[in-house]
Amino acid sequence: MNAPREIDAIKWIGRSVERLEDPPLVTGRGRYAADISFPHQLHMRVVRSNHAHGKIVSIDAAAARALRGVFAVWTAADIADIPPVDFREGRIERLEPWRQPVLATDRVRYVGDPVAAVFAEDPYVAEDAADLVTMEIAELPVLLDARAEPGEFSPGRGTEATVLQQGYGDVDAALRDAHAVVELTLSVGRHSGVPIETRGAIGRYDGSRDMLELHGAAKVPHRNRDLLARMLKRPPSSINVHEAHVGGGFGIRGELYPEDVLVCVGALRLGRPVKWIEDRREHLICANHSRQQTHKIKAAVDRDGCLLAIDDEFWHDQGAYIRTHATRVAMMICGILPGPYRVAAYRSAGHFRLTNKTPAATYRAPGRYETSFIRERLIEAIARELELDPITVRRRNLITKEDMPYHLPLEVLGEEIHMDTGDYAALLDKVLAAADWDNLQAALAKRRAAGELVGAGLAMFIEKSGLGPSDGVHIAVDTAGYVEVVTGGASIGQGFETVMAQVCAEMLGVDYKKIRVVHGQTDRIAYGIGAHASRATVMTASATHNAALKVREKALEYAAGMLQAPIAALAIVDGQVIRTDRDAGASISLGEIANGLSPTSKTRGGREPGLSAEGWFNTEHQVYPYGTHVAVVSVDAETGGVTIERYIAGYDIGRAINPTLVKGQITGGFAQGLGGALYEEFIYSERGDPLSASFADYIMPTARETPKIEIILTEESPSPLNPLGIKGAGESGITPVGAVIASAVEAAIGMPGAITQLPITPQRLKRILDTK
Amino acid sequence: MKPAPFRHHAPTTVDEAVAMLAQLAPQDGRVLAGGQSLVPTMAFRLARPAHLIDINGIAALDRIAVEGGKLVIGACVRHVTFQRQVEDGPLGKLLATVVRHIAHFPIRNRGTFCGSIANADPASEWCTVAAALDAEMVARSERGVRTIAAKEFFAGIMTTALAEDELLTEVRLPLLPAGTRTGFQEFSRRAGDFAIAMALATYRIDGGRIAEPRVAVGGAEPHARRIGEAEQTLAGKPPGADVFAAAAERAAAAVDPMEDVHNNAQYRRDLVRAMVRRALDQAAARDAA
Repeated sequence: MNAPREIDAIKWIGRSVERLEDPPLVTGRGRYAADISFPHQLHMRVVRSNHAHGKIVSIDAAAARALRGVFAVWTAADIADIPPVDFREGRIERLEPWRQPVLATDRVRYVGDPVAAVFAEDPYVAEDAADLVTMEIAELPVLLDARAEPGEFSPGRGTEATVLQQGYGDVDAALRDAHAVVELTLSVGRHSGVPIETRGAIGRYDGSRDMLELHGAAKVPHRNRDLLARMLKRPPSSINVHEAHVGGGFGIRGELYPEDVLVCVGALRLGRPVKWIEDRREHLICANHSRQQTHKIKAAVDRDGCLLAIDDEFWHDQGAYIRTHATRVAMMICGILPGPYRVAAYRSAGHFRLTNKTPAATYRAPGRYETSFIRERLIEAIARELELDPITVRRRNLITKEDMPYHLPLEVLGEEIHMDTGDYAALLDKVLAAADWDNLQAALAKRRAAGELVGAGLAMFIEKSGLGPSDGVHIAVDTAGYVEVVTGGASIGQGFETVMAQVCAEMLGVDYKKIRVVHGQTDRIAYGIGAHASRATVMTASATHNAALKVREKALEYAAGMLQAPIAALAIVDGQVIRTDRDAGASISLGEIANGLSPTSKTRGGREPGLSAEGWFNTEHQVYPYGTHVAVVSVDAETGGVTIERYIAGYDIGRAINPTLVKGQITGGFAQGLGGALYEEFIYSERGDPLSASFADYIMPTARETPKIEIILTEESPSPLNPLGIKGAGESGITPVGAVIASAVEAAIGMPGAITQLPITPQRLKRILDTK
Repeated sequence: MKPAPFRHHAPTTVDEAVAMLAQLAPQDGRVLAGGQSLVPTMAFRLARPAHLIDINGIAALDRIAVEGGKLVIGACVRHVTFQRQVEDGPLGKLLATVVRHIAHFPIRNRGTFCGSIANADPASEWCTVAAALDAEMVARSERGVRTIAAKEFFAGIMTTALAEDELLTEVRLPLLPAGTRTGFQEFSRRAGDFAIAMALATYRIDGGRIAEPRVAVGGAEPHARRIGEAEQTLAGKPPGADVFAAAAERAAAAVDPMEDVHNNAQYRRDLVRAMVRRALDQAAARDAA
């Protein structure tokens, strides 16, 4: 019998298998930053400015130094050779004057600005000593509004660091000749990712090997290593950065901050490991804030509501310094604002302005959360102006399936926009059908007629994901048939290990539980771009796919010799290479093949030792998933409180490696989006004191406020730009939430155009209702 | 967020505790019960007591009983105790309703009724209960025992009539007569947050008319208090939407709301109106216990 037999191989891609990450995390074996300790470590406490803006007249650390248990107290003068924290992607000379010094030199610029660092035997003593450091600050005028007249940052240098611009076409002509011009002023509040685990960093110097180690947050370990190397003038190969388990990242955690630099310099100069764990107050006033902007936006439209031009001017509140991301968020705003719509001419100009508040940078869906709110408000305003249905206006402007790939002369993250695939209208139809939109609207109208304030809103968006340009993965099979996948990616809680294991398992024909995925360790792999910009699954999984294919080829080539069979007649099932052209017969396991390929093996022949391979994935363009969300809300007319009655998130992922993980990303993102829409806001007093410095004042939605959402996950538009058709999932849940809820609230209160600001707090909404 | 150094004292009797308090209060000593307000404040170093007199080991204070028509609540009785009705009448039912609005589950497990009263946060639910029902606070010191009426006890934002050497050993709440209807409503940004305004209403229906109405407002002013104007509006009237709305309007007009960065006086006044009306509605809708 030589008939080919049916191979009952298990498919791993596309299955919602359990997370590999969970066992240690749910059995108390996780290792977060605070769990990492080294013998003889010192504990660092940062002394911070209590003034929003001022000149440092003097700092007196004598009493702190004299306290028993204090090892050292540093001010800027003690580390004068360390430059300000540099930009992650390399030097940008024109922005350098606005970078943050590791310790404030002559001025403090926000409440929380690091002024001194105390190193002590235990964290209590460190905090006692920090209390004893006194400083004299000569107060300077405080600038808290990016729309206000710019002030002086330093002699000869203003607080408007730059004006970012993108655009194409003749916007002025379109505005002049348009059937109608719609203009809005809209703002998004200052909020950010607030992970359950605060920041933490442990620096350690091993003098015996001249190696510096930084342990702590996940995200971009290789980038942080290179940045540290530049700042500390050490070769990159003499620094290792190790990520730990993380209690949330969201873009804000895992960047290189002054405290990360301090623990490294401390370890190098004090001869002892240095540990720093951030407290919650510090986190809320020192870790990156995000989002705060005001836009003045105009749309030129024809009588059908088609977009002839968008002209956007915005004021970006950067806070006190330009941190590692440089102008990334504001530049993204300029590029991504048009979203899923065709816009004939476009112009965006962003005033990138420094204020005396916590520095800002990326937070999950940077630029997209803000622009979805701005753009979708604009679409609704156009519909109102022309007395059209907003969904009709959307349909008339959508980029179509036939337009793909769709190129725009705009850039996001340094790449021109090339939307790879998408059928936005088809997903809109699916979501409207799921919502039973017409009947829903009829039911809501009936309830409104009975006096209830209820309404539905909708928003459409595109995401961008899979930032390249390149990812490499090394895969090795050991003699027991277990697989190690070494990546330059990072695990920020998204299921990175599981996803990489699923892809590798599919290619190699092994159980995904036999695969160990390494990430975030710069001593294991030379290159890595980490986990941000929804890139990990697109980039690292594609590299894993490519590396695993090479391992597979090597295994089959060796097995073909051993089994005396053509390669075409072989398959790998459950870790065994078998013949597909016979019902039974000899087989050989991957472990046996790894053994046969060991350096000392007599059967290795001329092959390179090891059942292992390195694989790379390179790309020129990001991939563009897309979505449509719908919300139904009710408003309490007497309190201004908003309740989400129903929420539908439609998203096309291209191809889901693990649908449950994708849905987890969407669900978590939604909760954060809800925070920015209704709850979360960093506010300041007139003097620049942060008033949202605890969880009693920075209000995040809890399980009680967060409804269960319905997710419509489709795979209609896989990407042609990578071997598995993958698009990213990390940020889609949050992107349109502010836009959708704004639109639903407006429908509920029956006051078109009333919502111009996020978050929609009950106090603000009540004020709006009182003007009715 | 590590507290400044302090000394911890653990008395096992009330006598021992008040002796310590007499000695240590002038040296910045504070009483520690559930610690749900004090300990976070210490972690922020906004409070730096030199001594903590920890009363959690005093068995005599962990007691709740009905005595002489009053519910007697000892200083170590936790919020969670009230989640099941502590007595079968309308008071037990009211307390079981109110307790669910207090913070979050872990806080309710640890925090104490008397601790909330002594801390006197303007947004304390128990302070609103104490004010509404004219509770009596029993204070012990080496100088003796005194009983303080709610009206005299609450003096302002986190300010009470307790002297620094006095330990609040128990609070006595009068039982509510059979047939008393109760309602409690509050508005906060999220479940478990400090309320921006709250209202508690109790009354009986006697011959189709409202009898013995009590209306108290918390969260809106520096301390919770009964609103006589609203009670007068209700007394002797048949219950109904109009009279409830009128009483709510009187309450809104009577309060002098605190203002903060989020909440202006107008907003708090609007909330008081809504909460009072809703509490009266809720009392009407619930079965009389």
